[in-house]
Amino acid sequence: MENVKIRSRVNGKDIESEVEPRKLLVHYIREDLGLTGTHVGCDTSNCGACTVLVDGKAVKSCTMLAVQANGREITTIEGLSRQGKLHPIQEAFLEKHGLQCGYCTSGMIMTSFWLLRKNRNPTEEEIRKNLSGNLCRCTGYQSIVDSITYASKLMKADETEKEGIMVEQ
Amino acid sequence: MNPSSFEYFAPKRIEEAFDILAKYDGEAKILAGGQSLIPLLKLRLTSIPYVVDISRIEELSYIRESHNELHIGALTTIDDIENSASIRGKYPIIFDAASNIADPLVRNRGTVGGNISHGDPSNDMPAVMLALGAKFTIASARGDRVADADGFFIDTFTTALKYGEILREITIPGRGTHEAGCYMKNKKTAGDFSVAGIAVQIRFNNSGTIEKAGIGMTSVNPKPIRAIKAENYLKGKKVGDSVVREASRLVVSESNPSTDFYGTVEFKKQVLAKIAEDAIYMATDRAEEN
Repeated sequence: MENVKIRSRVNGKDIESEVEPRKLLVHYIREDLGLTGTHVGCDTSNCGACTVLVDGKAVKSCTMLAVQANGREITTIEGLSRQGKLHPIQEAFLEKHGLQCGYCTSGMIMTSFWLLRKNRNPTEEEIRKNLSGNLCRCTGYQSIVDSITYASKLMKADETEKEGIMVEQ
Repeated sequence: MNPSSFEYFAPKRIEEAFDILAKYDGEAKILAGGQSLIPLLKLRLTSIPYVVDISRIEELSYIRESHNELHIGALTTIDDIENSASIRGKYPIIFDAASNIADPLVRNRGTVGGNISHGDPSNDMPAVMLALGAKFTIASARGDRVADADGFFIDTFTTALKYGEILREITIPGRGTHEAGCYMKNKKTAGDFSVAGIAVQIRFNNSGTIEKAGIGMTSVNPKPIRAIKAENYLKGKKVGDSVVREASRLVVSESNPSTDFYGTVEFKKQVLAKIAEDAIYMATDRAEEN
């Protein structure tokens, strides 16, 4: 089968590649782009370890073809930190022990990143509902939910700080 | 797990899609959100030589109201349906189903047209469309045709869609003043398919008598079906405990579940009986609030 040329913006960088049409997005991200922070968990659309953002929406990259990402914007876990500084959600997972083995963590963080962008003050119920496509087999949900709640506070503090700087300037 | 090799096409216009389908007569398959087809390809339960990805045909994604009807483009994602204020306000039955399909990540890709045209008796939208008396606009190179949801579902994974046809739009009839509905399903774990699901839409007249009832069932028959006996029984009745119990009994009598991973026939019928009662009460409560 003929390879197909795709062009997408991955973590803010324009990338052009040639891929086999059957290649799954998660394999393209991990093997072709070397971004191994996105994990393959169940490989059957259940666990959400492979979650990335495509055009701003959290999706399971094991259930999407790389060719379907042509012309789209992809954000992976590697795209969250800024100049070596962890994203507040990552900080929060560290602070609140939001991981045990860590395998599901990048998916948990990407799904929550999507949630917190559209809802800055989610309730515990909203956080839990939003995570229903992400499985943690260490049964660490309580600390994960705590981490996301804490992240929403950190992000709010960040915003207030930025607003303060703007006022000073 | 990788699908076996295929050739890929991503037309931007529906006419292009017709041409590609015609060129590979009988051998090409339509890909929309891919949340059912990609798992099937990965598990090699099926292999397809030519995949026509229609998800870039932007004209097929919309939610519009006109002439008291609701028009939903087939490529509208389940997430967009879940977040539509007009759907949530006027057709809670559709919102209920949308917000309980799989999980939020799947709903971000999955489309309403895919959920319907896949013909999976465990998918939730077919029962909702049967209960609402929806109409489907089906496009092909020969032009559009309109089919009723009733009669569209022929067998497991088989619908009235013929090769070369693409589901274009779902049209929901206008809602009466005292009309509402609800979708309920029972599932074993978050994100799973249901043990049983039921869609109920009821229209009352001004004196609180049922004028019309629509009932569709999920996961309890080889294909999505209506509970016609229960619908007819409810017509002309007022909602009360004995009426609801009898309607629920009729719903169960029209189901035909099989024993599988999700439970025994007996268990599924008990689950169905319970959610049928709950759904009729809920639809009634909502209609009264209108």
